[in-house]
Amino acid sequence: MIQTFPRGGIHPPEDKFSAGSPIKVLPLPKTVNIPLSQHIGAPSEPLVKKGDKVKTGQWIAKCKSFVSANVHSSVTGTVTKVDKLMDSSGYKRMAISISTEEDQWEEGIDTSDTLNRNIVATADEIIQKTLDAGIVGLGGATFPSHIKLSVPKGKTADVLIINGAECEPCLTSDHRLMLEKGEELMVGIQLIMKKLNVKKALIGIEKNKPDAINHLSSLAKGFGGTEVRPLKVKYPQGGEKQLIKALINREVPSGGLPVDVGTVVHNVGTAYAIYEAVQKNKPLIERVVTVTGKDLQTPSNFMVRIGTPVSELIEAAGGLPEDTGKIINGGPMMGKALINTDIPVTKGTSGILLIPSAEAKRKPVVNCIRCTKCISVCPMGLEPYLLQQASEYKKWDIVEEERALDCMECGSCSYICPSGRPLLDYIRLGKSTVSKIIRSRKQ
Amino acid sequence: MDKLITVSPSPHVYGDDTVKKLMYGVVYALLPALLISVYFFGIGALIVTTISIVSCVAFEYLIQKYLMKSEPSISDGSALVTGLLLAFNLPTNLPWWIIVIGALVAIGVGKMTFGGLGNNPFNPALVGRVFLFISFPVQMTSWPEPIVSRLQYTDAVTGATPLAVVKEGLSAGVPMSRLLEQIPGYMELFIGYLPGCTGEISALALLAGGLYMLTRKIITWHIPASIFLSVFIFTGILWLINPYDNADPLFHLLSGGLVLGAVYMATDYVTSPMTPKGMWIFGIGIGVITVAIRIYGAYPEGVSFAILIMNAFVPLINKYVKPKRFGEEVKNG
Repeated sequence: MIQTFPRGGIHPPEDKFSAGSPIKVLPLPKTVNIPLSQHIGAPSEPLVKKGDKVKTGQWIAKCKSFVSANVHSSVTGTVTKVDKLMDSSGYKRMAISISTEEDQWEEGIDTSDTLNRNIVATADEIIQKTLDAGIVGLGGATFPSHIKLSVPKGKTADVLIINGAECEPCLTSDHRLMLEKGEELMVGIQLIMKKLNVKKALIGIEKNKPDAINHLSSLAKGFGGTEVRPLKVKYPQGGEKQLIKALINREVPSGGLPVDVGTVVHNVGTAYAIYEAVQKNKPLIERVVTVTGKDLQTPSNFMVRIGTPVSELIEAAGGLPEDTGKIINGGPMMGKALINTDIPVTKGTSGILLIPSAEAKRKPVVNCIRCTKCISVCPMGLEPYLLQQASEYKKWDIVEEERALDCMECGSCSYICPSGRPLLDYIRLGKSTVSKIIRSRKQ
Repeated sequence: MDKLITVSPSPHVYGDDTVKKLMYGVVYALLPALLISVYFFGIGALIVTTISIVSCVAFEYLIQKYLMKSEPSISDGSALVTGLLLAFNLPTNLPWWIIVIGALVAIGVGKMTFGGLGNNPFNPALVGRVFLFISFPVQMTSWPEPIVSRLQYTDAVTGATPLAVVKEGLSAGVPMSRLLEQIPGYMELFIGYLPGCTGEISALALLAGGLYMLTRKIITWHIPASIFLSVFIFTGILWLINPYDNADPLFHLLSGGLVLGAVYMATDYVTSPMTPKGMWIFGIGIGVITVAIRIYGAYPEGVSFAILIMNAFVPLINKYVKPKRFGEEVKNG
């Protein structure tokens, strides 16, 4: 049976050019710039200073508060500076720059490819190692994973959901990971199940990846309690709330978390990272990144060290096409446009997408004709046209009443609008303003 | 990097739909009905349609350019749709100058005074039609006979619409069974072999165009379905109670401007509700008011009035009828 979420959604061109390219290890970059804010929450605190020698996998910045994450060096070399640098957000934020000398790993890290199925870690060790390894949600949200490994007091979870939907067009990093690291991924899922103490795990994969569905389905037979569920190809199938609705037909309440309906969702990349952290003692210093674009010579998937400049990935995929008009960190629906190619790959970078200049500009904006398409595609049941108008005219009370904060910024409304209206831009403005108003009300 | 790149917030890809494509989609959907009209009414249909389209587009251009001093947007096709729909709501023997007045009222009063496309509360074509209907009642209620008047324009042989025949007959006390002999049969009603306005005669052609708009997702089914259903149920109940003094529901569905109104006029984006639930309320309102006017009112036909009346309720419907929000039923904790 093919499952999906019932309300809204769109089907943009899939454009998965790199789906057939196996993951290649990208050569070590000459320098890496490792930002200290690669996650949601407080920036981590540097443990090294200029001139320090660091090894690959060495702990270089520590998690400063509950919602934060550790950071490790992705190469062996010398720290050249600890200073503000522009990252994919477009802001200048603290980062550690290291010039690469060699690739000597920190003691105790198992760098071999041998599969380790034997789970000896206790529940507490699993969460501690996840925290130590600096693992964050690798689907793009980059929420620190150790928090999502603990169920708050008074709540219970009975099923783990693994997100392999990869509903973003163009991206194939999760797809390749499921194909090539399937067994490791399954062990990672067992580790999360053990920590959460749930007996059942559902892996949701969109049916445009039949090879991944088949591969993981056959592997799942060897691992108790896991089951692969094919999903309809519909964006945003991989949105946390949509995925939960699709797989177990539970609706996360407005303002609530998945655990409110008895489930926890982790991305396939995160499950793999947890395997590496617990079974191989390996911190999160590399990830799979898709490099793709219509005009790119060889759309590829690379295993990339965190902090590698985007330019090196593009070079390895055949170089920047002449006609590039936009460079995106992530997919075309939710990714962020980059200002230049010096920006480093971070834990949340699932892909680099190059868009030709003809498609880089937006449609001209004309009057809203009230066609209702934005309402019919909104997966959260909101009225984007109304939120846009209310934000434009600064009617913040209406923006709040009409539940702008439920918006997850999937962009379906802006995608579908025949008038080319900047719906999501104004909804973002409304969301941030309303959040500020709510915070000031509490004080 | 020696070249400028674009930096903008997500999303970075867009769908294919544009206002222009949607408007031209409506135009294509209306073409079968226009062809049938030309077949039955001949040059009259061509003249009325051409004058209406040309004047609507011209008035929009002139008003935007010289009164609003803005960039004319006639290429978006919305004035073309208004012109076509206005023509569809006029008899094919209407003198040219009345059509021009209708176009001026439709575009000038119905659309541009409110700020142009997207801002008008009432369907512009219907504003034009109703204005003419009230100002020129004689010219607006004489309809050429199909086929026989193909080569005539204002001098065409005229006849009464089936709805007018039924209305007059019933009020004179003639039983429905006798009246049925004087009006075209269901098949003729369905194909469009009857006196009527330019584009309203053929239910077949109009429904075919409607199907095209549904498959291209230009409209949704909610408004037409709710109008048809409410008209069918309302007239069905009356017919079951008293078949001697009431026309049957199929007659009501196929006659007058009901199909044209339900599929093309009531579904006008700008003047219809934003949510499926709201569309049901809107459609049921139109159906009920249409039947009430047809049966209890002074006019034989009431679709235009019904749509305009319900247009007025749209802001209210939009304010109170909201889509079902995700995560609304289960509250926190």
